[in-house]
Amino acid sequence: MSLSRQDVAKVASLARLALSADDLDRMTGELQKIVGLVSQLAEVDTSSVAPLAHPLDAENVFRADEPQPSLTTAEALQSAPRHDGECFLVPAVLGESGAA
Amino acid sequence: MTTPTATAAPYTTIIGLEVHVQLQTRTKLFCGCSTRFGGPPNTQVCPTCLGLPGSLPVMNRHAFDLAVRAALALDCTIAPFTKWDRKNYFYPDLPKGYQISQYDLPFSSNGQLEVVDPKGAFARNVGIIRVHLEEDAGKSMHDEAAGTADTRIDLNRAGTPLCEIVTQPDLRSPQEARAWLNELKLLLVYLGVSDCNMQEGSLRVDANVNLHIPLAGEGGAEGRVAKTPIVEIKNMNSFRSVERALAYEAARQWEEWQATKAELGTTPKQTRGWDDPAGVTRAQRHKEESSDYRYFPDPDLVPVTVTAAEVAAARAAMGDPPTVLRKALEAKWKISAYDADVLVNQGRDLVAWFEELATLVGEGKVASNWMQQDVLRTLNERGGTIGEFPVTPAAVADIIGRVQKGDFDTSRGREIFAAVLASGRPVADVVAGMGIAAVSDDDLVALCRELLAANPKVVADVRGGKEQAAAGLIGQAKKKNPNVNPAKVRQICLDLIKGM
Repeated sequence: MSLSRQDVAKVASLARLALSADDLDRMTGELQKIVGLVSQLAEVDTSSVAPLAHPLDAENVFRADEPQPSLTTAEALQSAPRHDGECFLVPAVLGESGAA
Repeated sequence: MTTPTATAAPYTTIIGLEVHVQLQTRTKLFCGCSTRFGGPPNTQVCPTCLGLPGSLPVMNRHAFDLAVRAALALDCTIAPFTKWDRKNYFYPDLPKGYQISQYDLPFSSNGQLEVVDPKGAFARNVGIIRVHLEEDAGKSMHDEAAGTADTRIDLNRAGTPLCEIVTQPDLRSPQEARAWLNELKLLLVYLGVSDCNMQEGSLRVDANVNLHIPLAGEGGAEGRVAKTPIVEIKNMNSFRSVERALAYEAARQWEEWQATKAELGTTPKQTRGWDDPAGVTRAQRHKEESSDYRYFPDPDLVPVTVTAAEVAAARAAMGDPPTVLRKALEAKWKISAYDADVLVNQGRDLVAWFEELATLVGEGKVASNWMQQDVLRTLNERGGTIGEFPVTPAAVADIIGRVQKGDFDTSRGREIFAAVLASGRPVADVVAGMGIAAVSDDDLVALCRELLAANPKVVADVRGGKEQAAAGLIGQAKKKNPNVNPAKVRQICLDLIKGM
């Protein structure tokens, strides 16, 4: 599998990384090597192996629907770069919600 | 822009819905913070729902059970094995930088929910592609009037459990879409899955819509069907908005098709936002491809397995859905499908009220009439729920019983109902207070004889075959004694004239 400079640019933009042209060239080369390394796994015959959803041999871990104490607003906001005492403040986000 | 009517439209409107409902849990999906609506900002948050380093999610058992109940009510197959995945995107109201959702192994799929118009305009069985369980994001607030350049983030809602319900594109008109959503809401409220309150965001709808346009072939033969690009509509905050937005969008796509002839697959899927005051949809961003979300299994959560016995137990505990209840009421109380629909659509508490009344009266039809004409009408005027209604089924049954005994007629019964409602006093007191006393049959006969003697012309008319002439006597009878039953007066007078 080969990775193009364009692929790397797209992944960088999805990850909100601003890469310079030089970075992009270097990253494309480095990532290509990593992908090549991982691609070796494709050589293993896995036709008789069930897909693994989780490395732990555990399932059905639940908790009861019982309220636990929340943080105070001051505690919740204390490490925020900016806040107004009630809400986290971020640079203006206009238009559509990001909620999926 | 004109909206062609359904029958005249030269195209078929194809609609699929994506509905998010907030599950009625006390706490969030992965932590013990309260899900209560309307609390002060950032008072229902903890390290887990804030996405702080080192915190770990643990699944809420009740949320999973409610989600399974919703899926079963929608006739879905419950997967024996399910897992959760991270859907990665950056947005300030999503503190972890990913939403915990379900990608390739949702806990349920392949269901259906039918909507039948009680007036017979349509009946549509809508396929459900999947129902999955995921967490909600927080809330972004931007106050442009305040003149600040900041967006404020409240994370109280972050991590609230949501069921996402995705339908097949089986709906064929905006009206059907609205009716189907009403049915879905009724179902989920009945089963205690969600309160479906749209004002509080407990139910949110996105709609996918495009047009299928039959093209005439050579020589007028059947041609192929052109499909317009699919548009996803967002920001609809009532079922009425959904209906309006879909109608607008279908008409807009028809105009665009005539101008551009652009077909499905030639452009990326478009998202448009509904602007309710303006009554238009507006283009938003182009929708991400699913690969852009870089889904992968969430290593912080272990899979969940469900046995057939657990599914059977959940099904047994579910209670009757509205479709079953409508049929049951029709059969048990001999009421029409329309009447059963009206009663069931008011919710489970009102149905219980009706059944108590019908049991006391011993008959469904008359109880249903009183429910719809008196109880429901008054309830709509007053507002509030049937649980808060000041008149009891026993009191209404008492009034109906007196009408059936012939103490007074239905319109007098209505006045008594209104007086009981207004005064809060027992029916017997109100009846006595209004000076209503049953008139004995002997007194009635005497009164009628008196009337006939005073009205020889009426007697002659009735004998001449004009029975309706007797109606003139009823007004006179009521003047002499307001408590007489008009139907009885009429019958006695006719009998007396026949016996003359």
